Parts: sequence; C-alpha cells; structure tokens
Amino acid sequence: MGLDKIGIAKRIAQEVQDGTYINLGIGIPTLVANFIPDEINVVLQSENGLLGIGPFPEEENIDADLINAGKQTITTTAGSSLFSSAESFEMIRGGHVDLTILGAMEVSENGDIANWKIPGKMVKGMGGAMDLVASADNIIVAMQHCSRSGESKLLKNCSLPITGINCVKKIVTDMAVIEVMPTGGFKLIERVPGVSVEEIQQATEGELLVEGVIPEMQIN
Amino acid sequence: MINKVVTNAEAAVKDVTDNTTLMFGGFGLCGIAENSIAALLKKGVSGLTCISNNAGVDDFGIGQLLQTKQVKKMISSYVGENAEFERQLLSGELEVDLIPQGTLAERIRAGGAGIPAFFTPAGVGTEVAEGKEAREFDGKMHLLENWLKADYAFVKAWKGDTSGNLIFKGTARNFNPMMAAAGKITIAEVEELVEPGELDPNNIHTPGIYVQRIFQGENYEKRIEQRTTRIN
Repeated sequence: MGLDKIGIAKRIAQEVQDGTYINLGIGIPTLVANFIPDEINVVLQSENGLLGIGPFPEEENIDADLINAGKQTITTTAGSSLFSSAESFEMIRGGHVDLTILGAMEVSENGDIANWKIPGKMVKGMGGAMDLVASADNIIVAMQHCSRSGESKLLKNCSLPITGINCVKKIVTDMAVIEVMPTGGFKLIERVPGVSVEEIQQATEGELLVEGVIPEMQIN
Repeated sequence: MINKVVTNAEAAVKDVTDNTTLMFGGFGLCGIAENSIAALLKKGVSGLTCISNNAGVDDFGIGQLLQTKQVKKMISSYVGENAEFERQLLSGELEVDLIPQGTLAERIRAGGAGIPAFFTPAGVGTEVAEGKEAREFDGKMHLLENWLKADYAFVKAWKGDTSGNLIFKGTARNFNPMMAAAGKITIAEVEELVEPGELDPNNIHTPGIYVQRIFQGENYEKRIEQRTTRIN
C-alpha cells in the first residue's frame, strides 16, 4: 500500500523549481536527482566542495578525487565549480542554497528534526546536517511515516537528540505529503493512493490538521 | 624563493612529539595525507589530538592511528565508517568532540585567519549549544564558536612547488586549504612537486606562505569508499 523509496523521491522531485541550487542528503534524497524533469534546470551542491554534481561515472571514468557527500564516486556537469569545505558551508549558511532535501528519524509538529544520533547506539556524528537545517530557507524531509516497529516518526516533540529547531517545511513519507505550519502542526496536503486519512491520522502522533477533502498524490 | 622541500614523509614528521594537536585534511578518504599518516604510524607518537572531518576507515587513513591507540582525542563531524572508532568511543578509551561540519570548517578557517571566535546558527537548540554563549542577530539565535589551531597540519595537494604553493584537484581540496593556514607547522605532500614558476600564479589555491615543509609523495593508493558507477 505505502509508497516505496522511488515513489517518495519522485514526489519530492515535483517540488523542485527551475533555476535553483539544491543540496541533497544521503539516501532517498540522492535518488531525487534521477526524477527531476529535463526542462527543470538545477545545480546540485555537494557539501564536500562541488556545485554541479553529475551522474555516476562509467567504470573507465572513475576518479578517486571526485566524490559526493556520501563518499560515492561521481562526475561533474558542464559549468560546475570546485571549492573548499569552508566555502561550501559559507554558501550554505549564507542562504545561497535554495532547497535542502534530507532524511530524518523524527520530525516534531513545530518543525524540529532529529537525524544524527541514537544515544548509546549510534554515534556517527552530525556531518553537515546541523549547518544545513539551521540555514536553509526551504527544507523538505524524506522519510518513512513510522519506524520499523510501527511507531510514528511525526511527533509532538522529538524523543531523540535534535539536529535543528523550527526548520522543516514539508515532509514526504510513504503515506502522505505534509506541510509543517509556521504556527505548529502537521497539515495534510496529499495522501498516497489507497491510504486513508484515518490511517494517516493513526500513524501521526503529533497534531494532524485535516481541511476539506485530501487529494491523492499524483506520480508517474 | 624559499625552498621548503624535505626528502620524504619520515623527514617531514621527524620532530612530531607525543601529546600534540594535529590537523588532517580530507573528506572521507578523499584528499588525505597518506604518506604522512604512514610515517606517523611508523614513528609511533601517541596521545595525539586529531582534528579531521572524518576518522578514516578501520584499516586506512586515521583509522590506522586509532588501531594502534595513538589517538587520545578526535575532533570531527562524522565518523560513521569506522567500527574501531565506535568501539573505542563507546568503551570510553577515546575522547571525541563531534562538531557540525560547517562549524568545524569555519573554526579551522578562523584559526588560520586570526579570528578568535564567530557566531553561527548551526546547532542552536541542540546539545551542541550546551555551555556556549548564544546571541540574537536579526531575530535569529546564533552560537559563539572558537577558532581551532594545531601544532602540525598535514595536507595533501595534487601539485605543489618547492616554495609551498599548492593546487588541489576535484573534491580532494575540502579541508586542506584551511588546515594549511591553521597549522603552526604545515606539512604538504603532493603528487607532483615542481620548480617555482611552473605553476600559474592565477591558479594557486593555497599560497606557499602557509606551508612550512613540502615533499613529493609516493605510492598513492587513493582508496575509494563507495565505488559507484552508472550501471549500478
């Protein structure tokens, strides 16, 4: 019934606007690049010092000196530029990157995000996530609506250590598209075909705002 | 021109002592000072505080210095690819300071640029903010962060000349330029060492003033963490 990762990536790709600079996080966000229509021209930023991420290389063109934030080998597009990590985060903190798409473990109804640490279990570090969420004007989260054990990841308050406060604008899950209201609350925008408003309600611990008839998500 | 060439990595690290603070350029395994790390491993200095965005992998990069317990403290932003690191951290053998990546980059830049502290929005409202001065600018909260400096900085460049001018390639630039400036003694290893005048001054990324020692590196492995091709 729910949407798979590809479906989530396809739906997020619809949010991408022509002429923008975008930072894609690791996981589902990276997949979004595959579904941006040809007529939409964007530049993808890699936090390790590249504007203009191209497709993965052919085997014979692999270059160890050219990787993305997920340490995958990549290529550059025509018109790309390279720079240091300091400059990379200057453009992020300076608000020059228009859209940030990233994954999350939890999002709260006031837009807080947790995605970097599980106390006692996972200590990988925050990487660039705290800088990104503290600075980007538009932040879209790609994630599963519930954890594997079935618990809601859309909460009143995050239970895990948070990455940033009041920053998430939109969430695309395997069940729904949700907008985080400036005054708080998860506003239901679209539901995945076959998923009812009641099911989304049940899977959302935080306050779900439902106004009128909720349309089904349209993806190819 | 001033000649800063030393014969090899062993000569470059000869005066590094125990309990010093070292910076290592690189993002993942991309742009790391492979030769210098190998020389430090061989020299066996310990009690090191290492400032590096990542901690390498178990058997390569800074991960090798962790295996031999030469590292007392790591200052990094992301250490996800290193099981030994995680083990030492959870068992309390290793001190770790995790810093948002942009804050880490800017603290190092500040160290080299003579800026003792600055305000950044990264980490506001998180555990990173604990114990730090917070101040509002244009209606938004920011945290005060201090500069970072090091006794030695180890950087890796694509090309360099004997007076220390450096050019990096691809995304191997990353933290290297800021660290070059923030190291009291900066040791640069390069894939191609040339004479002054052979590099176009218009294209220098790191001016030689920041580099104290330079050597021609050898046997670069340039290991790839996630070999990804179009077919996948």
